[in-house]
Amino acid sequence: MTAPAQTAPGRDPGLRGRRTPLLVLVGVAVVAFGVSAAICYGTGFGNWVLVLVMGLILYLVGSFFAINRYEGRRAARDRTWGALIHSAFVLALLPLVSVVWTLISKGTERLDLNFFSTSMNNIGARDPDGGAVHAIIGTLEQVAIAAAITVPLGVLAAVYIVEYGRGRFTLAIRFFVDVMTGIPSIVAGLFVLAFWVLIVTPWFNNGQPAFSGFAAALALSVLMLPTIVRSTEEMLRLVPAPLREGAYALGVPKWKTIVRVVIPTALPGIITGIMLSIARAAGETAPVLLVAGGSDAVNINPFENNQTSLSLFVFQQAGDASRFAPARAWTAALTLVALVLILTIAAKLLAGRNRLRR
Amino acid sequence: MVLVIIVAITAFLVAEAVPALQADDANFLTETEWFPNQTPPEFGIAALAWGTLVTSVIALVVAVPVALGIALYLSHYAPRRIATTFGFVIDLLAAVPSVVFGLWGFTVFIEPVRSFSVWLNKYFGWIPLFGGDGPFGRSFMLGGLVLAIMVLPIITALSREVFRQTPTANEEAALSLGATRWEMIRTAVLPYGRPGVIASVMLGLGRALGETIALALTLGFINEITVNIIQNGGNSIAANIANGFGEAGEIGRGALIASGLVLFAITLVVNMAARAIIYRRREFTESAA
Repeated sequence: MTAPAQTAPGRDPGLRGRRTPLLVLVGVAVVAFGVSAAICYGTGFGNWVLVLVMGLILYLVGSFFAINRYEGRRAARDRTWGALIHSAFVLALLPLVSVVWTLISKGTERLDLNFFSTSMNNIGARDPDGGAVHAIIGTLEQVAIAAAITVPLGVLAAVYIVEYGRGRFTLAIRFFVDVMTGIPSIVAGLFVLAFWVLIVTPWFNNGQPAFSGFAAALALSVLMLPTIVRSTEEMLRLVPAPLREGAYALGVPKWKTIVRVVIPTALPGIITGIMLSIARAAGETAPVLLVAGGSDAVNINPFENNQTSLSLFVFQQAGDASRFAPARAWTAALTLVALVLILTIAAKLLAGRNRLRR
Repeated sequence: MVLVIIVAITAFLVAEAVPALQADDANFLTETEWFPNQTPPEFGIAALAWGTLVTSVIALVVAVPVALGIALYLSHYAPRRIATTFGFVIDLLAAVPSVVFGLWGFTVFIEPVRSFSVWLNKYFGWIPLFGGDGPFGRSFMLGGLVLAIMVLPIITALSREVFRQTPTANEEAALSLGATRWEMIRTAVLPYGRPGVIASVMLGLGRALGETIALALTLGFINEITVNIIQNGGNSIAANIANGFGEAGEIGRGALIASGLVLFAITLVVNMAARAIIYRRREFTESAA
């Protein structure tokens, strides 16, 4: 170990002074990848992926010692960790790129008018056609009903927590709202199955459990509620207190202050939160699978008979043995992702224009 | 109201699960097989719980170091433009539905994982983890890696927020004492962010434990307790519910609901622990993904 020349205690000229020559680092890289390639191809131990991985590791070790030699141990640690952090970033990009590329290349295969104008009714294993119009209708209806249930409830709950809530009880509610955001979607589906489909619906369905799009909407509501409460609550907290105090000073009652001053001010943020939770609900598969039952034909009525949704359609086509099914699955996946991303991006843009900042 | 929902979930799940549990001919907690529709019905969650645990552990082992690396990169290394762009991309990635990752996992990702498994088996087969003689592909490893990709954005987004909220004064103090960038991160950023990072990892764990559809598409559906992670097989509580629901009868349904109750209890505990850490330290008030 060659320690860098010390001029004064606490000052390390190695950090600001000498730099490792670029040529040395290039040399280390060449040697590292050369050795790695020689080992892999020489022994038949692996393929080019292993060459890259092993080369990278050898390079990191080699460059550590090279920098250690020229600049000292602290600089070597610094640069090696920096390189590791950079490679983590690159590593994470690979699957992302792969997902997007597959989605686009395979998803556009069946991206035609037929896909958006037919259902899977009377489509056999040998038919190349078939579309997802029934699934699109299902997704839109279920998400719309779920939003109609949760938006008023969620916003009111948030108003209560922020404007009226005091003490331990409110703290407990906030805590459990947070915990509820982590409930697995399949458990929400099971809950609606146990409560609505198996216990409530037999009363008005001649004793038979009834699957329906409405049940799926209920399950999605259970998932959406906590996220809407949380985001609305945060936005309401950002409304400046002087606005409220100004209204009170003018003699405006509390409820009117909330309706006419607080909520309009926070509205863009509230809508952003609602759109994000809708986007998340639209992509949920498990609850729809459990309580809507799935269907091949168009069913416009969400209160009666089975329905399907885009995500459930993807899941079912993915498990279908027909050789035309994968193309349908990918196109439906592309449609679903497009729907979700449009909602998400719109929500983020809206949030960017929001004047209330954290 | 929210409390009512949580209590109602528990109550109704219990109500539906009890008849099935009473009909169960085996010990629900230790039995590995899942035959609720035969007479007498025999089923237990031991193998399912094992699969849930193994896939989640694989996911976290892979995802946590990478996610922390990305979070540090975005908060302390990347130029501002790249940081905002990729922060946005990571948020979008968190919004992609799980069924899409599942579809990608079992059509595209399975190929590299299979060849990697074959390679591991050839040279490291003497380790029980990588033993067996195939077929490979739809294994704990595939499921776990797909899960890793799915929890990555969550852990990254949350820990990035934590790292970013390190007081600038602390960072500048470290730098002014002559620390290198890495020393600054180690002495100022990481200790400050530790509770937040632990909480974000636990939230990621909660997501991994409850993930259904991606695992329903990538696991091989063999109920067994094995340490082999590359051979076809594996099942998890949530995936078993999704795949077994179609052919379940009265008792089968109750059995699935009972397993869901166990899953609910586990995720509730994990989430409460994570939230408790966050509440105690109040490191960040970001709403969770």
